[in-house]
Amino acid sequence: MARKFLSGNEAFAEGIRLAKPQVISAYPITPQTIVVERLSEMVEDKSLKAEFIHVESEHSALSCAMGTSAVGARAFTATSSQGLLYMAECLTYASGGRFPIVMMNANRSTALPWNIYGDQRDSISLLDSGWIQAYAENAQESLDLALMSYYVAEDKRVSTPFMANLDGFVLTHTYEVVDVPTKKQADEFLPPFKTENKLDLNNPKNLAFSAGPAQNTAFKYKEHIGLLNAKEVIGEAEEKFAKIFGRKYSGLTEEYRTDDADYIIVTLGSIAGLVRETVDKLRNDGKKVGLLRIRYLRPFPNEEIAGALKNAKAAAVLEKDISFGNEGTVYTNVNSAIKKQNIHITTSNYIGGLGGKNISEAEIENIFGDIESGKTGVTFLGLGGE
Amino acid sequence: MKPYLRDKIPQSLSEIPDAPSYEAGYLITKNAGWRNEKPVINLDKCIGCLQCYLHCPDGVIFKENGKVGIDYDFCKGCGICRKICKIGAIEMEAEK
Amino acid sequence: MALNAKSLNEDEYFYGHKACGGCGGSLAVRIALKVLGEKAVAVLPAGCMSAVGFNFPQLCFSNNAIISTFAGTASMLAGIEAGLRAQGITNFQAVGFAGDGGTADIGLQALSGAIDRNDNILYICYDNEAYMNTGIQKSSLTPFGAKTTTTPAGKNIHGNLRPKKNMFEIAAAHDIPYAATASVGYMNDFMNKIEKASKIQGTKYIHVIAPCPTGWCVETDSTVEIAKEVVDCGLWYLAEYENGEYTLNYKPKKFTDVGEYLKKQGRFRHLSDNDIEIIKCSRDKKWEKINQNWRIK
Repeated sequence: MARKFLSGNEAFAEGIRLAKPQVISAYPITPQTIVVERLSEMVEDKSLKAEFIHVESEHSALSCAMGTSAVGARAFTATSSQGLLYMAECLTYASGGRFPIVMMNANRSTALPWNIYGDQRDSISLLDSGWIQAYAENAQESLDLALMSYYVAEDKRVSTPFMANLDGFVLTHTYEVVDVPTKKQADEFLPPFKTENKLDLNNPKNLAFSAGPAQNTAFKYKEHIGLLNAKEVIGEAEEKFAKIFGRKYSGLTEEYRTDDADYIIVTLGSIAGLVRETVDKLRNDGKKVGLLRIRYLRPFPNEEIAGALKNAKAAAVLEKDISFGNEGTVYTNVNSAIKKQNIHITTSNYIGGLGGKNISEAEIENIFGDIESGKTGVTFLGLGGE
Repeated sequence: MKPYLRDKIPQSLSEIPDAPSYEAGYLITKNAGWRNEKPVINLDKCIGCLQCYLHCPDGVIFKENGKVGIDYDFCKGCGICRKICKIGAIEMEAEK
Repeated sequence: MALNAKSLNEDEYFYGHKACGGCGGSLAVRIALKVLGEKAVAVLPAGCMSAVGFNFPQLCFSNNAIISTFAGTASMLAGIEAGLRAQGITNFQAVGFAGDGGTADIGLQALSGAIDRNDNILYICYDNEAYMNTGIQKSSLTPFGAKTTTTPAGKNIHGNLRPKKNMFEIAAAHDIPYAATASVGYMNDFMNKIEKASKIQGTKYIHVIAPCPTGWCVETDSTVEIAKEVVDCGLWYLAEYENGEYTLNYKPKKFTDVGEYLKKQGRFRHLSDNDIEIIKCSRDKKWEKINQNWRIK
């Protein structure tokens, strides 16, 4: 194991190198570019043995990855915002086809207006596409997700493509000290890709066919169950990961000082780091506050969220997206989780970070102050310039 | 090996595969019902040139004993074979 | 050894499909797969052939076959080829069967990318000259004057006003290792081109005219005849591009009548004498260039 000073993108690329994809097909888009550049260097210096296909668009990137997966080889691609939307047709195609492709998405605002900075509107607007969606907080988690994603996606009970999200620039381009595992450790963790869902010269198959009204629902149901099964497999993956790499993750969510918290912020991605610090600061001042970080938006951690929030007085969902004409999508999902368990706490929604707007510690403190004074509704942070 | 008709139609939840992925060449219905007329080969006239076999869009004409035969389960009665036969060994007969 | 009806592989790989009776596209796909054999790994985008061949549980390909997205035939092929090769598997033929829309319109970007990368794939465009699967709408390969459901022929406009996009030469302009034109009306030529292409490394493009009786408004038994006539009257040609050079494979001694070819088809029956004259002139202009610049076999 080596300790290296890496950006989120670089750490993810290291994780992919260790995961040994056989074909990489990606199209460059800010702020994902570093990942594909690093991977092409690894292919060049032979530290990664893979075919690197210079596709001419994002739609082709995922289409190519599906071809790779359809013949039983491990595929990787990466994109961001406009590219993710351009390949949107292929997202449902890949999940419906049950191809365990791993894709890194550098979360970036979607046009219009044009904006290259990080928010989460791209991936969250495609939550229904049938992909597992994980959100990394830091570079170490990014590297680890790169490995775990294949383990989970390729498990027969799951067989679902996996989108690993890193906040654009804030996580993709900032540097941390990261433990980079050895090849031996990685091989011990992640077995080679084996599947029967493939075109095979010894056992010819027809794939990606039509299914009419009589059978369609059955296929969709099985897809849904596959995604739900990911929860259990994620747990198993993290157990095995902890044994080999010494780092234990906490499943679909991460609770920080929520046990006795009166006021909790629910959030996802890199902003959780600042919220954690704010929680510590307020705790020092005697406030009973906590952080619930959502690590996976799909499968959605209904039970975990309900369990973490049930004893709080109020919770605020802080997210970097908005479902126009309604509210933040994470907020909708969280409210559903607590309603299903008949938990009656006040919740409110904070839309921040759109177009890369910085969220300050003061603003996070204000959120805790807001929900303590009973504020509800949807509040946009960062209106009015600086 | 040619795609062929099977007995079982996968219908229940357990019979339907986990992914849209299945054995190649699995057939459950015939196309015979499409026809208004069907080709009939006069084997005495047939010289085994195989042009009808070559040009059938459905591949239902097969080589047999130096001449040809027709799989009527899948013939749609398009008539290309009759038209292509240089010596008029094929006639189209009305389906009852 | 040239391929013909007698020497062709006897097995059938595309069978039981729900194409219209007399479908030229299905004939092209059927024959191509017989030439390539069981090692063919076929990709078909949205279009007639995928719509008629893959209706679970009626799965009409006995070789490996998969449907790609409409735009993604060539890119899925690239992934299949690389994925098999990465596993040390070499005895396969990655082949795509896309219609004119899936090739020249929505599929053009991916096809161009594949040729640019010189992906080791065989791409076959079965050209029925419109979006037939969705109900006979105009594509960029619909010829001048054709009536389609989005270029209706009336008093003001006589059907489609744009010429057929020259996909063969677009492929050739990439300096592709091998490109060819073909017709299901000249089957030996088509079969031998497929076999030749299958032995070449890199990207290969074959463009085969595959008449659609439904969309061209001809009798179901006329498919092969009309596919021959389009070549005989000079509106289509049998040619190859290889090693930077164009070669014409067949030069009709005297063209058959263009007007007769057109008037046989319901989609052209509205054309005026003037329209037919325009079509004749553009044919002559093209052949002037062919005679001047191409190697004539």
